[in-house]
Amino acid sequence: MRVYLDHNATAPLHPEVKKAMTAMMEMFGNPSSMHGFGRDAKKMIEDARASIAGFINAAPEEIIFVGSGSEANNTVLNLTACCSSLECSIACKHGKGIITTSIEHPCILESSKCLEERGMSIDYLEVDSYGKVNIEKLKEKLSQKPMLVSIMTANNEIGTIQDIPEIVKLVHDNDVLFHTDAVQAVGKIPVDVKALDVDFLSFSVHKIYGPKGVGALYVKKGVPFCPFIRGGHQEQGRRAGTENTLGIIGMAKALEMRKLEMGDETKRLKALKTRLKDGLIKNIPDIQVNGHPEDCLVSTLNVSFFGVEGEAILLYLDIEGIAVSTGSACSSSSLAPSHVLLATGITPELAHGSIRYSLGRGTTEEEIDYVIEKTTKIIHKLRKMSTVYIK
Amino acid sequence: MSEQSGWVYSDIVKQHFMYPRNVLDDNEDFQADGEGMVGDVRCGDEMMFAIKVGKEKGIISDCRWKTYGCASAIASTSILSEAVKGMPLDEAFNVSPKDIAKKLGGLPEHKIHCSVLGDKALRAAINDYYKRNNMLPKVKEDKDRIICQCMNVTDHEIEDAVLEGVRTMLELQEHTKLGTVCGQCKDEANELMNKYIKKHFS
Repeated sequence: MRVYLDHNATAPLHPEVKKAMTAMMEMFGNPSSMHGFGRDAKKMIEDARASIAGFINAAPEEIIFVGSGSEANNTVLNLTACCSSLECSIACKHGKGIITTSIEHPCILESSKCLEERGMSIDYLEVDSYGKVNIEKLKEKLSQKPMLVSIMTANNEIGTIQDIPEIVKLVHDNDVLFHTDAVQAVGKIPVDVKALDVDFLSFSVHKIYGPKGVGALYVKKGVPFCPFIRGGHQEQGRRAGTENTLGIIGMAKALEMRKLEMGDETKRLKALKTRLKDGLIKNIPDIQVNGHPEDCLVSTLNVSFFGVEGEAILLYLDIEGIAVSTGSACSSSSLAPSHVLLATGITPELAHGSIRYSLGRGTTEEEIDYVIEKTTKIIHKLRKMSTVYIK
Repeated sequence: MSEQSGWVYSDIVKQHFMYPRNVLDDNEDFQADGEGMVGDVRCGDEMMFAIKVGKEKGIISDCRWKTYGCASAIASTSILSEAVKGMPLDEAFNVSPKDIAKKLGGLPEHKIHCSVLGDKALRAAINDYYKRNNMLPKVKEDKDRIICQCMNVTDHEIEDAVLEGVRTMLELQEHTKLGTVCGQCKDEANELMNKYIKKHFS
């Protein structure tokens, strides 16, 4: 049996997305060309843009297509370093420094670090044991008038969902711009940019059954902007490079399918996640569920198994055909375990022993039962050889 | 797909990972003559190695181990436990992580760090045996030697840095902060770094 429970890393293409993209493979025209081939491609892209914008309640001209969620995030952080007298820079008109959190995706954290080395002041907000941002600390830091606050909507490792509306209100009351990395949120939970009132929002679709290599950045009308990639008039001069026509078509289709399927799938996944969580807790002593008990993606279950190391668990599960991910250092080339789990205050040992199960539209009850059975056996086997787990 | 696209590590690693040899079973009555424990759970790995010694000849007659560690740590210690059975203590003391990695059909560079734990624990067990049997002159402690007096960095820390991927003096300084105050230790540190790179990776 082969079971894929790593949807937060990426997901298989939805059959409808595959169909739409396959049909588009013949359309090779450059959307910038004036001739018929170009105009055909341009129309497809603009239709897709309108549909994608509609999905998050944005206007089509507020959507910029980019190469990935990471590029969208880099683009926003880059705005803060572009200090000149130009209209496009947010650095001159707004305050100083950036506020973000200690649990962001590495593309935010490493961009922040780079800005820090160039002299920018960056505040990394702490989170509580569930991974929720400390609002009081945010209030305090906002008094220093930063130019940007960037806080992710939903966390990729533990699934915790932040109280974005409350945060945005606070940020805007201080006349500061707000960005959210919504890569794990769009298509999984309802996201309405007007209701949230965010200034920037990054998303992609390869975790919700769309293609890789395409992303989008929402920029609210009237908010200053400066391109990260220059050299072309595409995307209203906001992102150079010939458009990824196929990717954009796939993105629109993926979101169209989410509109139809998200509601039912959320209910189904909620039940499956509960089944997985209850099954693991019932069968395996000394485990800890990470992330927020309620405000959490229904597809994400992060568990720490006391006394065992995560890479060993992951590879034993892989031998059984089960795909998951781990917060253990040994799964990466660094020796530090997951920064997200450490930020929630758990011990390095429990972070090393963490497994993330992320479910998707193909996940079945039968698969969940198989995963519970195999995980139970593997944890038992590893604990028997553990120097730490003495019972 | 696991079969079609190979595995993250070699087949030998996979075999030893799936069926680790000589793991200590808590229910068995293994009377160890020497025991060693190394590593730190906070860093993600800890290892215990226990040996029985044939007293007349000073040969390891049997051994057991346990670990909190990753696949490389499990596989390398499993293969080490097979290799040292029947081996004289002196010889076993000198088994190098490189020999083990070779037996395993190679390990990715960043996993060498995880595979040195087994032989460290083995050496600790051998020393423990000597101590228990009043053979103190034979004990060869892996004593730390401070190289950088200003920042208090030891030779072992330099070795660990190399195992974690450090290859240049600049990287070593970033990693350990060594030689960043008076700078007197830089030549010696550089020599040691190159020695450890040669020891583990050439």
